[in-house]
This record gives sequence, structure tokens and C-alpha cells, in this order.
Amino acid sequence: MEALREGMRQAMQQDERVFVIGEDIGVYGGAFGVTAGLIDEFGPKRIIDTPISEAGIAGAVIGAAITGMRPIGEIQFSDFVVISMEQLVMQGAKMRFMFGGKADVPFVMRLAGGSGTGAAAQHSESLENWFVHVPGLKVVMPSSPYDAKGLLLAAIQDNNPIMFFEHKLLYKTKGPVPEEMYTIPLGQSHVVREGKDLTLIATSIMVSRAQQAAEQLAEEGIEIEIIDPRTLKPLDEKPIVDSVIKTGKALIVHEAVKTGGFGGELAAVIMESEAFAYLDAPVRRLAGLDMPIPYNRNLEYHAVPQVENIVEEARKLVKGQY
Amino acid sequence: MNRQMDAELLIDHFQTMLRIRFHEEAIKKLFAQGKIGGSTHLCIGQEAIAVGVIGLLKKEDYIVSTHRGHGHMLAKGGQLKPMLAEILGKNDGYCKGKGGSMHIASIELGNLGANGIVSGGLPIAVGSALSARMRKTDQITVVFFGDGASNEGNTHESMNLASLWKLPVLFLFENNHYAVSTEISRSMAGSMAKRAAGYDIPFTEVDGNDVEAVHFAAEEVIDHVRSGNGPFVMQCNTYRMEGHYFGDAMVYRTSAEVEEWRKKDPILHVEQLFRERSILTADEIASLRAGIQAEVDDAVAFAENSSQPALDSIFSDVYSEWQ
Ligand SMILES: Cc1ncc(C[n+]2csc(CCOP(=O)(O)OP(=O)(O)O)c2C)c(N)n1
Ligand SMILES: [Mg+2]
Repeated sequence: MEALREGMRQAMQQDERVFVIGEDIGVYGGAFGVTAGLIDEFGPKRIIDTPISEAGIAGAVIGAAITGMRPIGEIQFSDFVVISMEQLVMQGAKMRFMFGGKADVPFVMRLAGGSGTGAAAQHSESLENWFVHVPGLKVVMPSSPYDAKGLLLAAIQDNNPIMFFEHKLLYKTKGPVPEEMYTIPLGQSHVVREGKDLTLIATSIMVSRAQQAAEQLAEEGIEIEIIDPRTLKPLDEKPIVDSVIKTGKALIVHEAVKTGGFGGELAAVIMESEAFAYLDAPVRRLAGLDMPIPYNRNLEYHAVPQVENIVEEARKLVKGQY
Repeated sequence: MNRQMDAELLIDHFQTMLRIRFHEEAIKKLFAQGKIGGSTHLCIGQEAIAVGVIGLLKKEDYIVSTHRGHGHMLAKGGQLKPMLAEILGKNDGYCKGKGGSMHIASIELGNLGANGIVSGGLPIAVGSALSARMRKTDQITVVFFGDGASNEGNTHESMNLASLWKLPVLFLFENNHYAVSTEISRSMAGSMAKRAAGYDIPFTEVDGNDVEAVHFAAEEVIDHVRSGNGPFVMQCNTYRMEGHYFGDAMVYRTSAEVEEWRKKDPILHVEQLFRERSILTADEIASLRAGIQAEVDDAVAFAENSSQPALDSIFSDVYSEWQ
């Protein structure tokens, strides 16, 4: 979360058109503390606390973006974005197109998503794929502190509306982050780990779970290649396709429910590519169960993929059990 | 206020208020022990509103609650054991451990649900009131909402619909002055009185920490709503005595402000009335307190011993039937 904060701070220092708007982001520092201290540096005119009005936040961000500002909106829990849908989907996403290319809509909407905090069904969702389905929006999902800062800065510089999905459980992860400003271009998949036996494509928190699974499997002599798309849209397909050509097997892991999730899209991308001919097993998806997130901690744990599920699924796929 | 509540009813209300308070205090302890996760919002300091209003409802009437809804549920006949079991995520909970604190509901008791979405309940109240009218019952719906919720579009659409269709809805505005860290003066333009007037809905405002004031105001308001005159907005001013959630450092307000409100504790206020009117002695109050505390302790033990929901039940209740 310090990486995100530093990214926002540097962007605001460099460009006075950048501002942040959301609920309880000022003195309180945001529900998860991501914006802590920014109000001291930039004041309430650029760190804008709003009433509880998600449609209003989205609209304010869009209206400011098309009139020369570069806003960063924050949706306290990504679940609440449902209240912003009309503005984001019907207005922000399509404006450039509808206006014949005459509007730039350069905003970043940051959203805290995911389960694992015991917050139950209305505070734990993973809704990223809803936005992948909307032409005009870009969808970013960082999985590490380094990526978080670089992708956020790239998103702020981008001239398009961007949905930036953070995972609540990742706010506390540690990792090396350069102090200076740097960007990671949107639309570049990242090969997180190389391996020859299986291509595992994972997003957000599932990347670190996949890494843990890969370490366990390495002890059994199974070498997993992990690819993190980082931006779901635009999707950098080539590293994924190349990897599947090499390994002949693909496993997709994400937290969002499987039905209608991004995994279906990834599977189709693989199937439609030249990698199809190299597949020697079905493409498999491991994803959240098709249900709301339960409150009970044990049920919650089992509702989304964990390291042991990834190990088991990957092992079966590699051993030809599908 | 010169009208006085009947002594017996006041004692009854006092006990319900204590039950709510001790329930919330028990949750604080369980939280500190790491037995509860997620976010659990306590209604300490707001007990008089739930008890004063809901105490006047019929069993068949509906309430639509909020994320800070334990008091609403207990006042509507909710039992301590399934409440605490739910909050601990157990099988015997009102929602079998699947919903938790923010989703406590009981259709049988007429609680159409706490809500994790701020303002999520208001449109539902329009629906339940519409349904009551279509089914030709005299049921009313009381929907609770906070100062924070008042600024969502849901709230405005619901007020308009209820007024337009003259529905039996009581919009119960619990102004505890804060929405997480945001004090009402930084969130609300205009006032609830003016907003209600804008939708042609009658409005009244009371001290929400005075159970007697709440009771008498609600009596008139409920009568109005039940008689087919359309909705009413009732504002109860109170204070969120705890942090927004357990562990909130409360950097956004001063301890002097909190101390000031502690003096207006609704439970202490009733105790004062007992003394002034010689209704109960200090000893009698102490013994009532001990009795309720024992009930709560018993319920905590029950909830702690209740079983975890079975893993093979994980999919049940997503649909009423599948295929
Ligand atoms: C749509 C939506 N936005 C934001 C939140 C996060 N949130 C939970 S409670 C809360 C404050 C609510 O304030 P208020 O309505 O005054 O109720 P109170 O907490 O004071 O009881 C916020 C912002 C939410 N749950 N739902
Ligand atoms: Mg409030």
C-alpha cells in the first residue's frame, strides 16, 4: 500500500491536474490506509473527502477528466462500484467513442476488492471481469508492490478510463519498490516464473499463491511457468500463447467466481491461438466457487482457490489426469 | 416533555436497552479475543431509538435495518443466542453463519435484513410497503438509515416513490453524526427536514437518546403511517459512542466530544428517570442489570459452543433449487 501511496504522491507532485477523491480518504486515510498522510501534503482541495455517494464519485471523476483534470477515484470496497455502474459503463467508458473521438477521459478508479477478511458477501467480491466486458475501459490488477506502483503511474498517465483493482490482502505485502517514478506499460504480461511442464496464468493475489504452489511442486520435480497478465484489458496474449506452445498445458487461476470469469476469456484466447495445436490436455480453470462469499471463516477460505488447491490441480494436469 | 411513559413499559424498554448494550459489549470482548473478524458495527449509544420505535410495532410489521443493526433486531424480538451465534459465524445463527453481523435478518420476525450496502435497505422498504398494500394488510415498514446513507441516490429515489405512492413507510433517520470519519456537516447539504419537505413527506425530529421522547414521537408517526396517510420521516439525533468498527483510532474526533455525549448515555438517562420518579431503587436497577448480563453470558457460551457450518453445505442456499 505504501507503493500505491508513493505513486499517487509523486504523480500529484509532478502534475497538478492529478487529484484523489473518495470516501474517508482525508484525515482518516482511507478504509485501508492507502491515502494516509496525503491530506497533510496536498490539502483538502486535492484529497477530496466525499459523502457516501458512489455514483457521484464516478460522475465527478468523469466530468473532471473530460475537462482537463486527471482524477483518481477511490471506491472504498470494490463491491460498492455497483452503485457507480451507470456513470462508469454508460458514460465514462463510451464517451470518447460516442463523441467521435473528441473527448479524453483520463481517470483511474481504484477499488479494493477480494475476500479473506471475514467481511462477508457485500464486502468481498471480485468484479473485475464485469469491466473487461465493457469496451472503452481498461482493467488493471497488480499482484506485487513493484507492479502496483508502476502500473498505477502508467494508468495515471494513460488517456483512457481505467479500473484499477487492488486486493485487500495484498496491501500488507512487502517487496522492493524503486523510489523514483517508473511506469510499467499497460498491456504487458509478466512471466513471473519460468517452467516447462505447465503454464499457470494467475491474477492479483493468486499470483503469490501460485508462486507458493510452484515452489512445492518444484520439490516433486514439476516445473511451473507462471504468467501474470497484470492488465486484463488490454491483454498481452503473446507471452501466454508462447508459453502454452512450450508447455502444452494451461491452468488459469483467479479468485472471482468461475462462471463468467476472466478465466473463460483466457481459455478462449488460448484455444483460438496457434497454441491450440500444442495442447496435450484440456485447458483448466481454478476459480472462486459460484456463490457469494460466506461470512464463516472456514467456508470463506474454501470459497476461493488456496495454495493447496492450486498444487493439487496443477499436479493432476501435469500428470495427465484430465 | 410532560407526558410520562407507563412505569412498567419503561422498565421493559430499559431491559431491552440493556440487552442490546450488553450484547454489544460482549461482541467487543469476543473481537478483542480474535473470535470475530470482518467488520462488526456496534450501536452502543443508540439503543433508545431501536427500542422506542420498534417497541410500538406489531409483530407483523417490517423493519429494514442497517450495518449497525444489532439493536434493531433485538428490539424486534431477536434472541441473543442466534444473534451471537451468527456473529461468531456458527450454524445456530440467524443466517447459519453465512451472513454475519452485517446481514442479520429474520423474515419471520419481520426484519428484512441488516445491510452491508449503505442505503441498500431504503428501496427494499418501498417494496415491502407496496406489497403490504397489495396484500391488503395494515403492516407498516420502518426503515432505518444513517446520516451517511442520506446522501445516496437510493435514499432520494425511495423517499420520492414512497411519497408519490403514499406508501406506509416510516423513514427512521438515525443521525449519529458520523459516517465512518465524516461528520454530518461535511457530508450533508441542506437538512433532512428540508429534504422531506421537498418530497412532500411530513417530518419530525427528536432527541434519540431519550427513550420517552422517541416513544411518544413514534407513537404519533406510526399512527399516521398506519392510517394510510403515506410516509413520514422521523429524525432521531444521537451519537455513535464507539468507533466505526472495533479498533478504530478515531483520529477524526476529539475525546472531549465523546465525553460530552457519554453524559447523555440513553441508559443512564432511563436510570435517572427511575430515580426521579421513584420507580426503581439502585439495588433493583443493579439486579436487573445482573439478570440481563447473565442472559448475555449464557448466550455467549451457547454461541461459542455452537458448531461450525459444515463444508458440504457451502453451496446450499445460493438458489432455492438447482435444475
Ligand atoms: C454503498 C456503500 N458505500 C460505502 C460503504 C462503507 N461504509 C460502511 S458504513 C459507512 C458509514 C455509514 O454511515 P451512516 O449511514 O451514517 O451509518 P452509521 O455507520 O453512522 O451507523 C460506510 C461509508 C458501504 N458499506 N456501502
Ligand atoms: Mg452515521
